[in-house]
Amino acid sequence: MYAFEMERPETLADAVAALKDEEAQALGGGQTLIPTMKQRLAQPGRLISLAGIAEMKGIDSDDDGRLCIGGGTTHGAIAAQSDYPALAALASRIGDPAVRNRGTIGGSVANNDPSACYPAACLASNATIVTNAREIAADDFFLGMFTTALEEGEIVTEVRFPVPEAANYQKFAQPASRFPLVGVFVAKFSDGVRVAVTGASEGGVFRWSEAETALSDNFSAAALDDLNVSADGMISDLHGSGAYRAHLIKVMTGRAVTAAG
Amino acid sequence: MSKVSMRVNGRATSGEIEGRTLLVEYLRDTLSLTGTHVGCDTSQCGACVVHVDGQAIKACTMFAAEAEGAEVTTIEGMANADGSLNTIQQAFQDHHGLQCGFCTPGMVMSAAALLKDNPRPSEHEVRQYLEGNICRCTGYHNIVKAILAASGQDVSAIAAE
Repeated sequence: MYAFEMERPETLADAVAALKDEEAQALGGGQTLIPTMKQRLAQPGRLISLAGIAEMKGIDSDDDGRLCIGGGTTHGAIAAQSDYPALAALASRIGDPAVRNRGTIGGSVANNDPSACYPAACLASNATIVTNAREIAADDFFLGMFTTALEEGEIVTEVRFPVPEAANYQKFAQPASRFPLVGVFVAKFSDGVRVAVTGASEGGVFRWSEAETALSDNFSAAALDDLNVSADGMISDLHGSGAYRAHLIKVMTGRAVTAAG
Repeated sequence: MSKVSMRVNGRATSGEIEGRTLLVEYLRDTLSLTGTHVGCDTSQCGACVVHVDGQAIKACTMFAAEAEGAEVTTIEGMANADGSLNTIQQAFQDHHGLQCGFCTPGMVMSAAALLKDNPRPSEHEVRQYLEGNICRCTGYHNIVKAILAASGQDVSAIAAE
């Protein structure tokens, strides 16, 4: 990979200051960025490693009962918590154990890979993405494939998850990459159901609003019987056509509802 | 170039590195600890798995600078104090858990991490845990058997395949 300077700030304030440099790029766990740099698809002049910032790590609950996860928290640590089991199950199936010991939720959310798992959990849970500058609702955060509401140099410091009454994530894994070909996160709250789909759309993660309406009336897989997802705008590649992915969305949503109970 | 210091297999080490120096490059090229292998260099194969502060990670997908001050364990640090094979290594030998041996350092390091957290894993748990370790020789069967045996479980009922 190309040469670069490495900085390892120990406080969020120092990291924010270091990222004001035009050449600077934040480095989370590096499980996406390092392979990307090896392929020379990214060429930052300066890497600001966030791994040494203790204040960005850890899991807590706030007064509203939300699960607050520091941006520097690893998938492995999220898989080990028991306050939000559906989120733990999602984290436990990202990559492999060694990848989960390095990769962080902040890095994943900031990258917004169209096939990443966390964006579905954030959107379905109505999570709040907290940065060094502001709080952003998940509905306003994920703007498209690899695109978020983050400004240059803005760091995801925390993600706050309201914990649903019932929830489940179903991932139809693409076996080589272990990313979801289609992943569906269903979250049932007292005031309605939210359904978020990852892996399928050219626009990145999205909410399936027809299913949300149907499931809010009747939380059972049968409520989806009359619904169909259009293949328009779905990703078509060697792993599956857009029509296949559209079909999988309905199947995986049904499975998630059944598993959530 | 900048200086990095870390403990590797209980010994204090330091060296001059670039920002882009990977942990596996520091281990192999600076410290000459060539037991940690680079199979794919794309964090798929797991031949480079080492422990950093007790956790299994892929040394090809972590910068050496980020291991500053860390406690690192590699395959060279796994044998018993008298130089004999430890329980996991011996089980790999006893149950033919390797053929060419290229993936074995990573397999042993992953197995050690698994057994630390889960001392008596099921066969399914072992197979699931090895998702990030690729072996192109054995078909995994004897690797799984070796790890189950190393955990003290009776593997006589598991047929050789």
